[in-house]
Amino acid sequence: MSDNSAKDAARAERYAALEAEAPVIDRAAYGKHSRRAVLTGGLTALAAAVSFRWVANRPLDNRTPDVLRRGHEFNEALWRRLSRDGAMAPTFDRSESSELRVNGRHGIREEIDLDTWELRVEGPDGSLLGTHQMDDITAFAKTEMTIEHKCVEGWSHVVTWGGTVFSEFAEQYREQLGDLPEFVSLETPDGDYYVGMDIASMLHPQTMLTYELQGEPLSSLHGAPLRLTTPNKYGIKQLKRIGTIRFTNEQPTDYWYERGYDWYAQL
Amino acid sequence: MSTTEQQPVWPVEDETEKVAVLKHTRASRWMHWINFPLLTIMIYSGLRIYWADLRDPFGFGVGLVGWHWFDFLPDVINEELSLDRKLAKGMAYHFTFGWLFVINGVAYALYTWRSGEWRQLLPDRYSARDAVEVVKHDLFIRNKPLPPQARYNGAQRWSYSIIIGLGGIAVLTGFAIYKPTQLNFLTTLFGGYESSRTIHFAVTMAFIGFFVIHLLQVARAGWGNFTSMVTGYQLVDRPVGRRTTDEDTPDAPRTDELENADV
Repeated sequence: MSDNSAKDAARAERYAALEAEAPVIDRAAYGKHSRRAVLTGGLTALAAAVSFRWVANRPLDNRTPDVLRRGHEFNEALWRRLSRDGAMAPTFDRSESSELRVNGRHGIREEIDLDTWELRVEGPDGSLLGTHQMDDITAFAKTEMTIEHKCVEGWSHVVTWGGTVFSEFAEQYREQLGDLPEFVSLETPDGDYYVGMDIASMLHPQTMLTYELQGEPLSSLHGAPLRLTTPNKYGIKQLKRIGTIRFTNEQPTDYWYERGYDWYAQL
Repeated sequence: MSTTEQQPVWPVEDETEKVAVLKHTRASRWMHWINFPLLTIMIYSGLRIYWADLRDPFGFGVGLVGWHWFDFLPDVINEELSLDRKLAKGMAYHFTFGWLFVINGVAYALYTWRSGEWRQLLPDRYSARDAVEVVKHDLFIRNKPLPPQARYNGAQRWSYSIIIGLGGIAVLTGFAIYKPTQLNFLTTLFGGYESSRTIHFAVTMAFIGFFVIHLLQVARAGWGNFTSMVTGYQLVDRPVGRRTTDEDTPDAPRTDELENADV
């Protein structure tokens, strides 16, 4: 036990030394100081509460208080700046794929005739640059990738997509467009669902015009005949049943952006 | 962790006077109180994100009868706080206020390191044993006096250090979920996307657990202890003649600490 008491003594000495460092003031100074501290604290708490109410009550910019919308834009600018060319989303082994949950039905509620479906490609002035049938899309070498598909709601699935890399498809419009415009807008044939994408994300090598899921043709609920997929954005950006692809110089609006979400939605 | 029962580290003599001893420096008080509303906003907006899926994704249960024996958050919380269908709001608050939480946390870490305050905070070679004694005492299992301590007892050193470390893990797993492609090294470090999410939510549960125990302990430690987090000072009885202020001992080797103190 003598070992313990020596330890206790060493500990007491050590802690006494630490505590001896603490500044000491007398009661009068303490009283004055306390009143000031309570006043400062109270006013700060009040200011904080008022500021928070102020943020929550700011005018809405696409259903989000404008201050928080600026927050989204700050984050977008920051992460765009930090992005590196050629950075890829992780890929997985195909055996890890699982059945993909069907979540959104926006823009695909009506049945369509897949035989008469066509993809319209438009330029910045709204002019029609070209139309495509599925054969035009499948004429490109098929790319298969197994990636983690993430929903903004939080769930995720490892899935295998098959399709045409968008940058390869877009190559045919390079001459007509000159430099590719900054943005791409995609819409379902009925126009009910639409997404806006930055051109860098569209030209990313993992961004595809996709027509297969787990090696099978896309089902209607997953966006037959052709949908957008990219592991670099949440599912809300991966439009099902593409009707129109429009190159544009102005940031296109976006279905979920208008409903309060971040426009960039980058992962 | 009750500090009113703290043993004076100097000999108690007959003649004493009440003096105020600095316990929490101005910087640490500000950062403590700034952290409180920020963490509250982060947890509340985080729950809105958590419940966007409308299932408790990390509940474990008996699948056959669909009975959950453990939910991270029981549905009643979702219903009471009406958290669902608020995902866009949750994300907007989480990703804006998150920066303030990060800035405050980094400032605290730098301050604690540079000021030497870490010597009062991090567990030392006595803390593990002391912590056991303190917990036994607080649970009324043991009646002996508490072991000697400096600013914090062993249990406080451990719990405060762990909760601050968990703050760091909350931030890192948060970034791992937020940018799983751009920061995929971080996501991989935490075992992938799903695993990062699990850790992030588990840490949140730890924060809530800490908060409850923290409040109970503060209530138990008494008013004088609580006000020291506001004023910085705690009133104690000291033997007359033991007073030391920077005025009395201008050459005392603790000018660093005094600069941070608001005497």
